[in-house]
Amino acid sequence: MWELIRANKRNSIFLMMLMAAVLLLLGFVIGLAIFGPEGGFFGIIIATVIWLVLSLVSFSSGDQILLAASRAQRVTHDVHPQLFNIVEEMKIAAGLPAMPKVYIINDPAPNAFATGRSPQTASVAVTAGLLARLNRDELQGVVAHEISHILHRDILYVTLAGIMLGGIVILSQVFLRGMFYSSMTGSRRRYSSGNQGGGQAQIVMLVLAILAAVLAPIMAHLLYFALSRRREYLADAGAARLTRYPEGLASALEKISSDPAPQLASANDATAPMYFVNPFKKKGKMKLSDLTSTHPPISERIRILRNMSQGASYQDYSQAYAQVTGSKSIVPAAVLKQKEQVPIREGRAEPTKAERTQRQLHQVGDIMRKVNGFAFLACTCGLNLKIPPNFKADTVQCPRCKRTLDVAAQRTAQTAKARSS
Amino acid sequence: MEGALIVLAVFFGIAILLALILVGIYNGLVRLRNQVDNAWSQIDVQLKRRHDLIPNLVETAKGYMKHERGTFEAITEARSKAMGAKTVAEASQAEGQLADALSKFMLVVENYPDLKANQNFLALQEELTSTENKIAFARQNYNDQVLFFNNKTQMFPSNIVAGMFGFTKRDFFEVENAAEREVPKVSFS
Repeated sequence: MWELIRANKRNSIFLMMLMAAVLLLLGFVIGLAIFGPEGGFFGIIIATVIWLVLSLVSFSSGDQILLAASRAQRVTHDVHPQLFNIVEEMKIAAGLPAMPKVYIINDPAPNAFATGRSPQTASVAVTAGLLARLNRDELQGVVAHEISHILHRDILYVTLAGIMLGGIVILSQVFLRGMFYSSMTGSRRRYSSGNQGGGQAQIVMLVLAILAAVLAPIMAHLLYFALSRRREYLADAGAARLTRYPEGLASALEKISSDPAPQLASANDATAPMYFVNPFKKKGKMKLSDLTSTHPPISERIRILRNMSQGASYQDYSQAYAQVTGSKSIVPAAVLKQKEQVPIREGRAEPTKAERTQRQLHQVGDIMRKVNGFAFLACTCGLNLKIPPNFKADTVQCPRCKRTLDVAAQRTAQTAKARSS
Repeated sequence: MEGALIVLAVFFGIAILLALILVGIYNGLVRLRNQVDNAWSQIDVQLKRRHDLIPNLVETAKGYMKHERGTFEAITEARSKAMGAKTVAEASQAEGQLADALSKFMLVVENYPDLKANQNFLALQEELTSTENKIAFARQNYNDQVLFFNNKTQMFPSNIVAGMFGFTKRDFFEVENAAEREVPKVSFS
């Protein structure tokens, strides 16, 4: 495990330097193209400034931005004891130094993500759709996957890569749009250059810069995707090792892949690698998508997990990976050297039935209402009223038996209870 | 004269290098020992939590299960024995017994549908399940850390440093009976 974290740190630094080199080179070439022979230095400064600004923003409040963008709401043990308990179990299993903050996203698409730069300040968020569909073992598998991301320091890694990618994309976009715009309006500077030889060199530089600006983001994207897929496999391996029960995660993945719910509303390109499964549903059949996807195909992830028959260690995952994909291991060699015996345990949770799923969906709906400040009112005729927080009147009429019910009293009772707990 | 100085310098160089290596190994051992202690305190917290949960659970269930006095007594006895345990070996044995008694209790609960519908009991059951899991996971983590630590104290060259400063091997937290971790199978006949 420590080897894995060390390897990850090493990779982080290497990747950072690689992408920094691409970024600076891009800045240099663009600078040469726009400002002439002395402009390369100026281009590098611009690239550095863009990179610095992006880093500062994402380092100071990257996780808060992500949580806010996905409209996640922080929950305590009282709101969803089971989820909170499972996160704590996985925190203990992973030996994390602090309890991650737990969030629920009110979205029917089943998904989850983890964020936070260091294990001390990490957060785990799951959607209401996920809570409604999975049983305890499956939820544990998903949470273990997210905790593995935290344990392996993947979030820092992916964030760093994301910053570099963002810098490269912004720089080349600005340049390409600038070029397009100036060629439409006809830039005075280009035609007024009297020196023939200098002009030719300038044009060569310009072509080079355009080529670099087109290719660099594509390369950076492919690098980013490959890296993200690798992290997903490793997090699956980590989840199997933490829970000692690969079947839980496998069956969660199976349920999620066959789920008819629409894709996650709040996800976008930049946040996609953070999620448990790719938040974008595939449209039609695309072979290219294997190369340009942030996540490995779900069916493959399931098959690898189900092939782990001997145990739940990294070695066993690596073996199953080799069996299923036919390619060599993705687990770093230093990790494989450590032989460990990790037996698989028995499943515990009861099988999911359709009516149980229905009941869980109901419960999750109530949980979200509770978080959002709804008041709950039980009428004597058996009807349960859910009063939204912006309902200002003190009484309400029961729609079934036409009795008048007192909302104000119930509201004060509930806030008092919330405060005391 | 020149030669003697060089020999002296080389000698000092080697001495400083050795001292640095020694400090490095010592610090590594201290870090590992602290991790073992920390992992043990995690188990301790969860065991205490289990001990605190039991009276509540028994109290809630008692009203529904009039004829199961033996089960309750077994749990209470195992609990007090576990709370009095002093060493790691003692604790692992007593906690194994307590876990046994609890799993028997959960088996019996299946015969009382009224109890299983009680919200309070359901909440307690989730807490108990989770506490059992946390104990298992904390033990898993503790044993991992102990393995690291023991390897370091027994392998060359760190075993020399360990011997000099009294780093001794730690016990694993074993469970007496392998079957006790499994939650009872549900059977409706």
